[in-house]
Amino acid sequence: MATIGAAMSAEFMMEEALAPQAPVNRRRPRFRTWRLIVMLLAGAYFLLPIYAGLKFALENDAGHFSFFAVKALPTEPGFGAAFWLSMRLSLVTVVLSMVLMVPTTIYVHLRLPKVRRVVEFITILPIVIPPIILITGVLGSYPLWLKASPYLLSLVYVILAMPFVYRSLDAGLSSIDLKTLVEASRSLGGSWFATMRRVILPNLRPALLSAMVLSLALVLGEFTMASLDLWETIPVWIVNFQQQDGHVTVAASMLGLIGSWVLLTLIVSLDRSQSRRSLRKTGGL
Amino acid sequence: MPNYVTDVTDPGTSLPGSVTSAPRHSPTLRKLRRAGVPALAMTPFFLYTILGLGIPTITVVDLAFRTSSGKFTLANLHAATTGVYRLGFENSIKMAVLTSVIPGILGVILAYAIQTGRSGVMRRLVATASGVLANFGGVNLTFMFIAAYGSQGIITLWLHAIGINPYSHGLRLPTFWGVSFVYMYFQIPLMVLVITPALSGLRPSWREAAQNMGASSWRYWRHVGIPVLLPSILGGMLLLFGSSFAAYATAEALTGGIIALAPIQIGDLVNGNVISGQQNLGYAIGFGMLVVLAVTMILYGLVRRRASKWLR
Repeated sequence: MATIGAAMSAEFMMEEALAPQAPVNRRRPRFRTWRLIVMLLAGAYFLLPIYAGLKFALENDAGHFSFFAVKALPTEPGFGAAFWLSMRLSLVTVVLSMVLMVPTTIYVHLRLPKVRRVVEFITILPIVIPPIILITGVLGSYPLWLKASPYLLSLVYVILAMPFVYRSLDAGLSSIDLKTLVEASRSLGGSWFATMRRVILPNLRPALLSAMVLSLALVLGEFTMASLDLWETIPVWIVNFQQQDGHVTVAASMLGLIGSWVLLTLIVSLDRSQSRRSLRKTGGL
Repeated sequence: MPNYVTDVTDPGTSLPGSVTSAPRHSPTLRKLRRAGVPALAMTPFFLYTILGLGIPTITVVDLAFRTSSGKFTLANLHAATTGVYRLGFENSIKMAVLTSVIPGILGVILAYAIQTGRSGVMRRLVATASGVLANFGGVNLTFMFIAAYGSQGIITLWLHAIGINPYSHGLRLPTFWGVSFVYMYFQIPLMVLVITPALSGLRPSWREAAQNMGASSWRYWRHVGIPVLLPSILGGMLLLFGSSFAAYATAEALTGGIIALAPIQIGDLVNGNVISGQQNLGYAIGFGMLVVLAVTMILYGLVRRRASKWLR
């Protein structure tokens, strides 16, 4: 669902930064009116719910400004457990997905450029196959001992995160001259481990960071799989708790949204600076 | 190619006595090693995707055609395409069409307004905002909308204050139209993301050429702009269709599962609200969804190829 957006955004940012500067417009003024109307309507549609959500979260039942919902949140029954479960799942997912994808992507870039197409295709599949179908398939085929563990979710989240993780890493690796760097390091006597740790990974830092943040945001917001696997992560808790107190539920949602907005804005601007760097490099060659 | 040519190019076999950096292995072992290392390096990835992606998908397809005792049957598929489950598919497709065509058009207009605007700050701001907002389906978005447009929502109360009661006209959030309204919040930014590269591919010289030949703005769009953009727009809409068709979390959180949509019905069946003898019905619905999505993606591939004809 929303997953396509993340995968698109990384690619789009690169394209946008690499595209030649848009030509200077010589528009006639009559176009300004419709543009103004479009922007106003879009602004209203996108900003009003944010305003309403914030206002609702910072209000008590009498309609006065109050922080009670935010303050009450950590002590609400079940929230603490849900929070820790989400944290553990996201940690395991991020670590597992890095351990799996970083060496694979680097190896494909260095040694198996022919396989790149195949890997690209496979990593796009989790976007095409809906999470609801994936989780029913998982529940229908996996052994019971695995289904009894919450970390099954982490295993599947690694798959869900693959499109973003692969695309971030792929974009990052394409923007550096990997082959030259590796050859230089190897010819100076660096072992493979030293080359990875001291040459490749530092150069990949922005891509690694954006891959990690995207998978983190994904795990923290994922509802479909967690609810069908009957584990109460934060989003599942929010839905289950909604009957109790609307203000607390909205406060939790808004905190989640703001957190993800901040994280994603961060990586979108990171992507931008990364692509600008690669642009400068190609321009200088 | 004759065998000895490859042997000659292989330094190990052509110069058996020479000093090479590689340890001394027989040629076959070396060849094995040459193929073996890449295979070994790719094993974790392929193994993981087979276990995590391949097996679950095959399971869904397989169980769709089996009775609960494991015999082959078409009864699940029949049940999935009749009655209330047929309605679920129809609603899902209707909603997906609605929330891909309308946000598709609005997204193009918005992207064009930004693209032709002179403000670079605005363009960057909207690009960042789209990248962020396109990722927000799900539970958090749902509750933000409930705070705004729910029965006690802030905007609903504003409308009450000026004498409009949307709820008395049936315009409520937990309905087909309400869910569609919420979906647009991530669908429009997604379309902006998808279409902006295509819009920046519209060359100003085309417009100038049309103007030089006396074409009005309308004629330029009618004969140049729209035909060039159309494949990209259709491609974007197909992506939106897939995104909306597969969405579960938003609809489930918003309606509590009372709305008849295919993903929601799968969720209900998996959650154990099953009628006996229909355990595998959920898989049959899943199989149906996979078919719809596969068709969507094939169409997308065709449209993509067409789109690259003029743009880039």
